[in-house]
Amino acid sequence: MVKAKSAYSIPGKKGKLDTHIIVVWVDNEAGVLARVVGLFSGRGYNIESLTVAEIDPKLNISRITIVTTGTPQVIDQIKLQLKKLVPVHKVADFKREDKKVIFKEMALMKIVGKDSKRDKAIKICKKHNAIVLDKTKKSVVIQVTALRGEIDMMTKNLKKLGLVSVSRTGAVAMTRGAEIFK
Amino acid sequence: MSKLYSGAEIVFKCLEDQNVSTIFGYPGGAVLPIYDELKNHKSIKHILVRHEQGAGHAAEGYARSSGKPGVLLVTSGPGATNAVTALTDAYMDSVPLVCISGQVPTHLIGTDAFQECDTTGITRPCTKHNWLVKDVKNLSEVIHKAFEVATTGRPGPVLVDIPKDVQFQKAIYKKNKKQKRVNGKIHNVFNQNDINQLINLMDKSSKPIFYTGGGVINSGPKASELLRELVSITGFPITSTLQGLGAYPGDDSQFLGMLGMHGSYEANNAMHDCDLMINIGARFDDRITGKIDEFSPKSKKVHIDIDPSSINKNVKVDLPIVGDVNQVISSIIKTIKKIKPNFAKSNKQKISNWWEKIQKWRSIKSFDYINSTETIKPQYAVQRLYELTKNKDTYITTEVGQHQMWAAQHYKFDKPNRWMTSGGLGTMGYGLPAAVGVQVANPNKLVIDIAGEASVLMTMQEMSTAVQYSLPIKIFILNNEYMGMVRQWQELLHDKNYSESYTAALPDFVKLAEAYGCVGIRATKPDELDDKIIEMINTDRPVIFDCLVDKEENCFPMIPSGKPHNQMLLGPKDQKENKITKKGKILV
Repeated sequence: MVKAKSAYSIPGKKGKLDTHIIVVWVDNEAGVLARVVGLFSGRGYNIESLTVAEIDPKLNISRITIVTTGTPQVIDQIKLQLKKLVPVHKVADFKREDKKVIFKEMALMKIVGKDSKRDKAIKICKKHNAIVLDKTKKSVVIQVTALRGEIDMMTKNLKKLGLVSVSRTGAVAMTRGAEIFK
Repeated sequence: MSKLYSGAEIVFKCLEDQNVSTIFGYPGGAVLPIYDELKNHKSIKHILVRHEQGAGHAAEGYARSSGKPGVLLVTSGPGATNAVTALTDAYMDSVPLVCISGQVPTHLIGTDAFQECDTTGITRPCTKHNWLVKDVKNLSEVIHKAFEVATTGRPGPVLVDIPKDVQFQKAIYKKNKKQKRVNGKIHNVFNQNDINQLINLMDKSSKPIFYTGGGVINSGPKASELLRELVSITGFPITSTLQGLGAYPGDDSQFLGMLGMHGSYEANNAMHDCDLMINIGARFDDRITGKIDEFSPKSKKVHIDIDPSSINKNVKVDLPIVGDVNQVISSIIKTIKKIKPNFAKSNKQKISNWWEKIQKWRSIKSFDYINSTETIKPQYAVQRLYELTKNKDTYITTEVGQHQMWAAQHYKFDKPNRWMTSGGLGTMGYGLPAAVGVQVANPNKLVIDIAGEASVLMTMQEMSTAVQYSLPIKIFILNNEYMGMVRQWQELLHDKNYSESYTAALPDFVKLAEAYGCVGIRATKPDELDDKIIEMINTDRPVIFDCLVDKEENCFPMIPSGKPHNQMLLGPKDQKENKITKKGKILV
């Protein structure tokens, strides 16, 4: 027996999924994040990562960056539904592959182990803007900023070098060049 | 220095400024300061309901029949949660509601206080927007904004949650300032180029159809007038969704009847075979489209809607036009008159084959049924009700189920705002309280709730409200002792296993009417039906009409689950050839 679906029509063919980064400018007021996140969960959209912080304390504006996957139709719906929310000012949408846009994520990684392994770890992280934030005889905390895939790779490689703890942010995005998104 | 007003006073000053004349509500601990203030505002009439869901549906009925936003006032906790069904219903059917709820005092919020609930959290997914007002200084602005959000763009419900201490605190009252736009939300983004493209499509089409919905009604009475003009100057056939009934006269020859799951054979086949579909203010709901993959495969689709997120949500369209129906139709008509003044005449030849085809489908007479002299057929009851009330500017509400579909099929509307039914959410128990609201908004009109006995029992307590305010609503129950639509699906899809769909201990509705202090009438035979209906119409008090109908009548025609528009079940004889597949059975 096929699993029951509460739809009248038989689900159509699934389209190709793309990864998009959606940036939302919102009034920083109580419950605004719940509205945005609730819209995603309520309509069955996907959230891969989420970053939010106030960017303009005077105008009270927060910028939410959401990484999501969906068919082109779903991505369109996400944008249109977000624009309907009262506290939302504007919505931007970038494809992950877009070369005109910079994406960055940050990660803090704690490595515990022998000197040699720790040095090796720092070396691996070097090309991703590694900063050593804390160092003891046994441990080191490294900060890196890179793309999601790169951080994935690093954490994989650092496992055997004594990586004990990872803390990651979601992605933030900004267009290259002088233009800004209106 | 300006005068200071308490939060409770500010609530009423806002309502007065918004020209609110009626509110539906139920008092409780957290709204007592507001209720205390009610006596000082004679221009606002409060209707005391018997359950907050009733307040919500009554406000919906009020809004849909009057075109003004409906206002309800409920207390914290259970008062707010009871209103959730009505708010969701209004959200699905785009009805402007403003719900004002009390909340526990700010210092108790988050402590699991008595009658506390996270009202804004609970109602967030079922309102356009909601507010928890923690500072009395913001109250007047918030309430004015609430009205604006509820009534602009695609209308819908909003909620303002006011803690009890805020109702006591004092602040300056701020009048409503007309804002430019809320956060850059524009509703008319179409341009002349879109209109020209549409007229180009119309000009090329040989099999066109208008598919209109509730958006036409929401756009105001002018939109319905313009729609009639547009249909007349194009000569195109028109079909309507359940919510759009009344925007175009139901007895006109260009009208193909309602479309969708229980729509007419001609409307659904025309939708399937057309080469140009012009959707005006409808949203390609699943009850309309049937199987999406096979929905109107050969047509160009145009979608006129005020809500950009409605476009390409369910069905991909070729030409989206985002705007208010009234303004879009108005520019279509203007442009046609300018560039193709004889459009209908020159086009007549081109679409004459199409009309012939439609006439063939029409001749099937898909709404027909086999009448009886022994038992009252429910369709016959609705037909008689229509014939006996059609000259009275009657307002019809319904519950949800078979009776709702029969009402939509056999009661013909020729004006907008006369038909109030729960289409999106499908709320059983909607019709009776909605009738209360409709009657409040239209005191001297005939208001009838075409009901089923199962639905009407869900909100039956509101009869008490009708009696209290001498609202002469008529509850016309098509009583078949079954949850008819459930029974029908069980017959067709579940091997006649009538699991829990029969109500074994129904009340005596005539005695129930008397217990409520209204009038009970019962009809059991077809030959007494007319007299009894006339008796009901002539009774100037609330009436419960218990119409005992055939227990096993099914609602046809029907698009079975998982089938496209051109594979309708027509009636008992047709079912053998058109079996519902296993895959279709699992679908709702």
